[in-house]
Amino acid sequence: MTAPRLELKGVTKRYPGVVANNNVDLTVMPGEIHALLGENGAGKSTLVKFIYGVQRADAGWMKWEGREVEIPNPKAARDLGIGMVFQHFSLFDAMTVEENIALGISAELAKGDLNSRIKEISASYGLLLDPDRYVHTLSVGERQRIEVVRCLLQSPKLLIMDEPTSVLTPQEVEELFKTLRRLSGEGVSILYISHKLQEIKELCHTATIMRMGEVVDDCDPAEETARSMAEMMMGKNLVSPERPEGIETGAPQLVVRNLDMESSDHHGVDLHGISFEVRSGEILGIAGIAGNGQTELMDVLSGEVLVDDDDSIIIGDKTVGGAGPVERRAAGMSFVPEERLGHGAVAEMTLWENAFLSGATRKDLLKSGFIQINKSSKYASEIVEQFKVKTPGVLNAANSLSGGNLQKFIFGREILQDPSVIVVLQPTWGVDAGSAAAIRQSLLDLAADGAAVLVISQDLEELFEVADRIAVICEGRLSKSWPPDEITVDEIGLLMAGIEVDPAGAAHDSEAGGHAA
Amino acid sequence: MPEWFIPFLLSVVTASTPFVFAGIGELVVEKSGVLNLGVEGMMIVGAVSAFAVGVTTGSGALAVLTGAFAGAAMALIFGVLTLYLLSNQVATGLALTLFGLGLSALMGHGMVGKTFAGLPHLEFPLLEQIPVIGPLIGTLLLGHDVLVYFSVVLMIAVGWFLNKSRAGMVLRAVGENHNAAHSIGYPVNLVRLLAVLFGGAMAGLGGAYLSLVHTPLWVENMTAGRGWIALALVVFASWRPARVFVGAYLFGGLTIMQLHAQGLGIEIPPQVLAMAPYLATILVLVIISRDSALIRLNAPACLGKSFHATG
Repeated sequence: MTAPRLELKGVTKRYPGVVANNNVDLTVMPGEIHALLGENGAGKSTLVKFIYGVQRADAGWMKWEGREVEIPNPKAARDLGIGMVFQHFSLFDAMTVEENIALGISAELAKGDLNSRIKEISASYGLLLDPDRYVHTLSVGERQRIEVVRCLLQSPKLLIMDEPTSVLTPQEVEELFKTLRRLSGEGVSILYISHKLQEIKELCHTATIMRMGEVVDDCDPAEETARSMAEMMMGKNLVSPERPEGIETGAPQLVVRNLDMESSDHHGVDLHGISFEVRSGEILGIAGIAGNGQTELMDVLSGEVLVDDDDSIIIGDKTVGGAGPVERRAAGMSFVPEERLGHGAVAEMTLWENAFLSGATRKDLLKSGFIQINKSSKYASEIVEQFKVKTPGVLNAANSLSGGNLQKFIFGREILQDPSVIVVLQPTWGVDAGSAAAIRQSLLDLAADGAAVLVISQDLEELFEVADRIAVICEGRLSKSWPPDEITVDEIGLLMAGIEVDPAGAAHDSEAGGHAA
Repeated sequence: MPEWFIPFLLSVVTASTPFVFAGIGELVVEKSGVLNLGVEGMMIVGAVSAFAVGVTTGSGALAVLTGAFAGAAMALIFGVLTLYLLSNQVATGLALTLFGLGLSALMGHGMVGKTFAGLPHLEFPLLEQIPVIGPLIGTLLLGHDVLVYFSVVLMIAVGWFLNKSRAGMVLRAVGENHNAAHSIGYPVNLVRLLAVLFGGAMAGLGGAYLSLVHTPLWVENMTAGRGWIALALVVFASWRPARVFVGAYLFGGLTIMQLHAQGLGIEIPPQVLAMAPYLATILVLVIISRDSALIRLNAPACLGKSFHATG
């Protein structure tokens, strides 16, 4: 029996008002791919920050290869052989790939011909990278490769990966898994943080499940189902969104015809000839890798960016291509942007003020130029109550809410305005499983009530769960759309990567729609 | 060649050198992500301190060092307030300028009317004897005081430091994305404090140059807005040391022209020339703002944002 590579015992970390980690034990063996599983706020990030030396714990100890160690800073962690790939990449946009890598490794390692060593590693692990490119010109997948190569250059013994696949295509995920399996075969331990249960089943040897800062269970992912792990994670039964039966789709509510848009950002994506329509009672899903025109499409649909051709966007029977957000709201459209703080809500403003900001037009919260404070507060309270937002009250600032709670609030705010069309971008990104299920259910209910729903998301499981038709956006062009049972995850993956496929021929494949339920 | 030409060039050099010091110092500060609007205040405190030490001891070297040290001391106040007590950088910088102007007036009270002998000049007698071009080259390149040469060395050294050295790379990284730098394990606020101190020392040096060389006497408020020009210069130069140097000579030339315009028969109101550096900066800002890629590559993304490590 070999000694564990990493052993944690009784790790406790308190923040004012919260216990982020309570008496956590964790053991990782050499060559093991170990999943750390839990909802947002379960304490996974706090724990790995402790392992990587970003922050100290209040109690507990850590053993590295049988020896008790203190890791005061990330440099000490790297010296031991611990590498980490962050969820929000620790990269510098205005610097080159090589500079970014040099910054993340020790000065001794960065000496000499780093450039060619990067090329060597990236070639031998199939992680294609050009050391001289500037980071801001790279796709998200390429950016992740920088982080991985950065870790590999240090020949790590333990690699920590924080939600590594949330931004990748299915094919990119497959490539990453190949690299990880190969590393594991070479004896490298991997601590894999995720809430994507299907991936954990496929990749990991063991899983430690955390809830509210405590370890609740250890399990062998191969022997569990995605559902059973989700329930351990949430501590209650998972209610999957239910698709109401027998919805009749009605007249088109949102029609987009030959929409072209030149992006004002140098590195943005231009939209080319986008056409689609969403009928009332229908949910159209748009899949795609981040940075293929989703943000631009959202900006154009919400009216933040106007187009010259007024006829290219029609809400109900109104042409709105040249109309701003307020006019579009008046015409019956609602939107939920990707970025919750700063775009969906104003971080420092209270919930009722945030409710007022988007609801003023349709909820009639403005009277001769004056804010109807009582009416706005009542509206905000209604949102909090109906959508089960956890908050002490509507006088709290938006940034006091957790990601999932704030997203529920924003959704509630938009849905209670009774939109005939709603456009949402990445509705459940970084949202815990429970809130995500509630948000998806609310989209299904909204469609059942006759609204036209457009969901732009990178999460294919999500699209298969809610959408009636799925289209793919790639480099600013939109594909045709297919019902979820006529297209497979793999085919969508190819479309996302810009490869033409003909799903019609595969429509009778029994694997069609093979996604985790 | 008109006979006013060589003295004119000489005065451009002395007028421009303070801009080089203060501008390059502020460039390093801004590259680390800190906006210190107190350049004017640090300059004038540097000027009065250097002058006081110069007059009492008679030592130019000691005076120059004191100027730099005084500027750094002012910067230390700013650094502790903004980096560790998280006060607003813009407000604190403005306060530093106001404080510096008042403090220098108080310190310089007894020194009005005294003069200082100036700094030693480097002589190259052989080169100046080359016929015809000798005198011109001699005036342009040789025979200046040591600080002029130091300003050139500074420009090259800072350029090398920022682009070629690892420490410089860390400094840029801190200014580009302080959260990422922190998560990799770099001490964000310490890097910034060192940058701020360097910026203060250079502003103090620029001030010392004013009171020791440019007009070797103490007059209240003698920086007369040069600190603001140095700030504008950094943006004008889109955060590149060599361009700061060129810009400093451009703006220095403008301030001299402003003095001599009437004498030279140029019919431009002096107020227009006084405005020119700021107008040029606005123009450059407009031009580089048109292209977001240029901004992204040059302007430090975290400029003016306080860093507070969460957890």
